[in-house]
Amino acid sequence: MYSRNLPYLLLLPATLFLCIFFLYPFVLVAWQAFVSDTGEFTSEYFMEMATHWKFNTALTNTFMLALAVVPFQIALALYMATLVNGMKRGRDLILYVWTIPLGISDLAAGIIWLAIFEQTGFLNSMLQGLGVIEQPVGFLGYQSKGTIFLAIVLAEIWRATAIVLVILVAGMGLIPKEYYEAAEVFGASRWKQFTRITLPMLKPSLQTAMILRVILAFEVFAVVVALGGTNLPILMGEIYTWQYDLRDSSVAAAYALVVLAISIAFTLLIMWGLRTPKGARV
Amino acid sequence: MSTAAKMATGNVTGKSAWHKYVFTGAVILLCLWVLVPIYLLLVNTFSSPEDVSGFPKSFIPNIDTGSVEFFLNYAGVGQALWSSIKVATVTMILSIMAGAPAGYALSRFEFRGKETFRVLVLMTRAFPLPLLALPLAVMYLRIGLDDTVLGLALVHTMLALPFAVLITFSLFSGIPVELEEAAWTLGCNRFQAFVKVILPLVLPGITASAIFAFVISWNEVFAAAVLTIENRTLPAFLLQGLGNAPLHLKFAGGAVLVLPALLFIFLVRKYLFSMWGIANR
Repeated sequence: MYSRNLPYLLLLPATLFLCIFFLYPFVLVAWQAFVSDTGEFTSEYFMEMATHWKFNTALTNTFMLALAVVPFQIALALYMATLVNGMKRGRDLILYVWTIPLGISDLAAGIIWLAIFEQTGFLNSMLQGLGVIEQPVGFLGYQSKGTIFLAIVLAEIWRATAIVLVILVAGMGLIPKEYYEAAEVFGASRWKQFTRITLPMLKPSLQTAMILRVILAFEVFAVVVALGGTNLPILMGEIYTWQYDLRDSSVAAAYALVVLAISIAFTLLIMWGLRTPKGARV
Repeated sequence: MSTAAKMATGNVTGKSAWHKYVFTGAVILLCLWVLVPIYLLLVNTFSSPEDVSGFPKSFIPNIDTGSVEFFLNYAGVGQALWSSIKVATVTMILSIMAGAPAGYALSRFEFRGKETFRVLVLMTRAFPLPLLALPLAVMYLRIGLDDTVLGLALVHTMLALPFAVLITFSLFSGIPVELEEAAWTLGCNRFQAFVKVILPLVLPGITASAIFAFVISWNEVFAAAVLTIENRTLPAFLLQGLGNAPLHLKFAGGAVLVLPALLFIFLVRKYLFSMWGIANR
């Protein structure tokens, strides 16, 4: 009796926590977005959100950022992971250096890249030193949305590639060495080994990494605020504005549901796109 | 060895030497890509306030603690630092207390509902968790948890809990159940066996997972900014100051945010992989 109930007893705190602080709040946020103060169903908050002039811009910017950042990150992390795997000495040190950004918050990453891109920053100093420019350029001014976007993309790639790298290195460690030895015997080139063994065997890890990264990409917030202020509206920034500055948690909740819907849609899409057939798992 | 064979090997070593240069070059370049931006932040941090907003900028700091002193004496910074530490510590304790038992149960028992729980934990990854702050802000107002350390720590625990469960699960799975069984046959009950045999073995890993929870909370911005007003944590405080604070305040603040995180990641580097490796299956 004691032993049979023990696992449930051990799971109780975590389960309670997940119910109260994960499942219940997501029900609550839907309630906030769809139910008016008088307790009736309403689409008024969604209308208010969708007709606001910033909504389309924020939605487009968020999508564009994700599109510019995530594929590049996956490719870069794949490359870094193969480099790490081909290493005989110093593997641990290099891996530590490359995973440093894992401990750096998005806000700190934004501030770090601000040091480079701001008007009196290091990029301007370097360009002037090289004689390319005479006066410092305002890379992050309200008129230069292009360079703001680029700075955010760089900061995001800098900060969040590490998480993909860790997942992929762990995944590569699971691939049996015999497969490569066999490929070697049959004279397969490095590239062929990569496309025919590594990539297919890495599917589950790629799936995990992509889901995580895509979700985080749609959550992008502090990097954008640090580098662009309000010049480049994004979804999380709008949520923060509606919730904190405009004190309208219903419209904020409507925005939240949009982010939620996008996240779930992409998770399902990635799960389907990178599914591993049963029996093909290691 | 014939000349042809010699030429062939020569060719091969020539090609692999070329490979080696590209390889080493790429590794060094990628290390610089990670390290140089952090170095530049530190240059700004250890320059005088005048140098930080001066132009052109020197790439070598003149080691001046003016910016750091200004930051530390700035109104609200001490309070924000203290709030950050309090929230992160509570997060650390809560996530281990709830996560470790769950990790142990998953690694040692077969029971109905195990798969459901695992799916629930993994599902948290497909959800943008900072959004939880919105409904919770309303809920907290009702139950009096608004703008409190505990209220924010509970949200951060939600962020850290899935990691705590997965790390402890992989830690406990790595310890043979036979060790526990041996302790039982020698007269220990389940609890004694756990405390005397298992706990010493997993303690370093548990510590690492606690540190990781601390870092998650220390770095979190969105929920902290939404849920606190008086008790702002350091990231929330800095976020609010982004618009109008002087440059040297931002950079010194950024450095204070980064440095402990660097140290923590160094301490837990051995365990980074057990967080993700196991979750792939």
